[in-house]
Amino acid sequence: MYFLEIHNIQKSFGDHVAVHNFDFAAYRGEFVSLLGPSGCGKTTVLRMVAGFERQTAGTVSLDGKDISQLPANQRNVGMVFQAYALFPNLTVAQNIAFGLKIAKRPAGEIAVRVREMLDLIKLPALGDRYPFQLSGGQQQRVALARALAVKPKMLLLDEPLSALDAKIRVALRDEIRSVQRELGITTLFVTHDQEEALSISDRIVVMSAGRIEQIGTPFEIYNRPRTRFVASFVGVLNLLEGRITDPTSGRIEVDGRELVVAGGFPKGQAGDAATLALRPEAITIGSGGEGANHLDGHVEDVGFQGSVVRIRVRCNDRMISLDSFNSRAAPPPERGTPVTLSFSHDVQVLEPA
Amino acid sequence: MKRSTLLGWVIFAFGATYFILPLLATFEFSLRMLRGQYSFEAYSVVFGDAQFRATFLYSAVLALVTIVLGALVVVPTAYLVRLRLPHLRGLVEFVTLLPLVVPAIVIVFGYLRLYNSSSWLPLTGSDAATNALLAFGYVTLALPYMYRTVDTGMRAIDVKTLTEAAESLGASWSTIMLKVILPNVRSAVLAGAFLTFAIVIGEFTFASLLNRPAFGPYLQLMGANRAYEPSALAIIAFLVTWACMGLIQIFGRKRGAITVP
Repeated sequence: MYFLEIHNIQKSFGDHVAVHNFDFAAYRGEFVSLLGPSGCGKTTVLRMVAGFERQTAGTVSLDGKDISQLPANQRNVGMVFQAYALFPNLTVAQNIAFGLKIAKRPAGEIAVRVREMLDLIKLPALGDRYPFQLSGGQQQRVALARALAVKPKMLLLDEPLSALDAKIRVALRDEIRSVQRELGITTLFVTHDQEEALSISDRIVVMSAGRIEQIGTPFEIYNRPRTRFVASFVGVLNLLEGRITDPTSGRIEVDGRELVVAGGFPKGQAGDAATLALRPEAITIGSGGEGANHLDGHVEDVGFQGSVVRIRVRCNDRMISLDSFNSRAAPPPERGTPVTLSFSHDVQVLEPA
Repeated sequence: MKRSTLLGWVIFAFGATYFILPLLATFEFSLRMLRGQYSFEAYSVVFGDAQFRATFLYSAVLALVTIVLGALVVVPTAYLVRLRLPHLRGLVEFVTLLPLVVPAIVIVFGYLRLYNSSSWLPLTGSDAATNALLAFGYVTLALPYMYRTVDTGMRAIDVKTLTEAAESLGASWSTIMLKVILPNVRSAVLAGAFLTFAIVIGEFTFASLLNRPAFGPYLQLMGANRAYEPSALAIIAFLVTWACMGLIQIFGRKRGAITVP
């Protein structure tokens, strides 16, 4: 039984269709990220769930109840904004208590809940501060506490980490996830940062131009991108275009070399074009032994990234990136060195665009 | 001292002299009511005049009514324009600027034509209704100042996101207005209020043509019939206006940001 059901919602602004037939459901307690570039419609979907935008078509149900026509203030959905949106005239404690006061909870209960929330976000001593006296990270934690204080059915996070610097972003990301797990609250998280989505989510909905490109776990999205867009948007990917020579045995010709794809090309025929997708970490330098695919090229560039070294190799007209772990015993090859690249037959084949 | 700094001081001194000298002269003249000595006799006469107290009180009350009405009209309007009707912003700004372009005498003649005792809405038919008409007129007169200050105040906060944050916490429109928006534009509303007070307290045209016992017509009457008292009144009116400006400065001052590492 799904907890959140978004059934075929659409949103148009005049002639422009921002969201096309968005169909998705999430389980209770699930952490789902809406991932995509700016303008792909992910925030619009979130705002339709929150009630800030009214869908042109379709329905939104929460805990089995259709909330599509309810105003935002009756949906009982907590929201955290990119710009924090703390009330500047209220202290931290008053901000957290705001929703509880609206709900006319007794003063004693409000005080206890505010204390709980301050402890939850690890800011127990800052209740009397005003928002302008807090750092960005602290403000966002207070915004999270304020959204959770009213015990909402669901939590919506609209790029809550985008305005923070890198180190705080990672720390707060982990904190959000740990709070979400602790409370078991169903969460929809909007981000354009693929690393953020991959590290925090139970499932990811990748969106492009108002449509869902793929729904899957971070593992599936990263390792089995279904479309060219997902492949290019999530992580670094090498795309090898070629022509199928034998669909049954999975043989394909790329730059005059025959490669083998495990599982073959069930939807393809000999002579059809096909695109293979390879992550940088799936490729190694060296012959790789029997049963591996091979490509020859020259090292064009070596980028040192700390624990990982990214090597770019030119194979005919295409550039292939591969990652290898940094090792003091084996320094990376020099620029211009001829190398053989190898990778296994377990290669992702992209569906035609 | 650098040449440019010196030139700056010269220009400042010239400007200050230009503005302050007439004021000092007026003040000095207001102290010469008793022959051969300086005294506050003119002020004493003015403050002892029952008509002064009555007209000042009348204008002060009218100014407060104008401020309340103006805030009730302007704050929700500026809020809605920012939140829901941004495409109407240009039109609303144009309308709010009209009182600066259309002379007060034209507006008041329009009122007299529309609301005279034989019209369909005879607001000039009774004292209470005429007082209300005067207050509405003053709201119009103060609109450019009130709207601009409130709109600037709203620009300083993220009205849309704050509204949505409050909505997501279950707040109704009235709660959002009273507990989120108004407290955060309070200093702007107060600045508009003090400007309105300063305008209304000395306004002459509306009050005179609508035959209301306001402070403006009283000032004119004194000016036409007395020698020293008008100077004292001018200084009092300046002080009231300056007090309003000072209050704008105090309430308009922003809180300093404290960064917590």
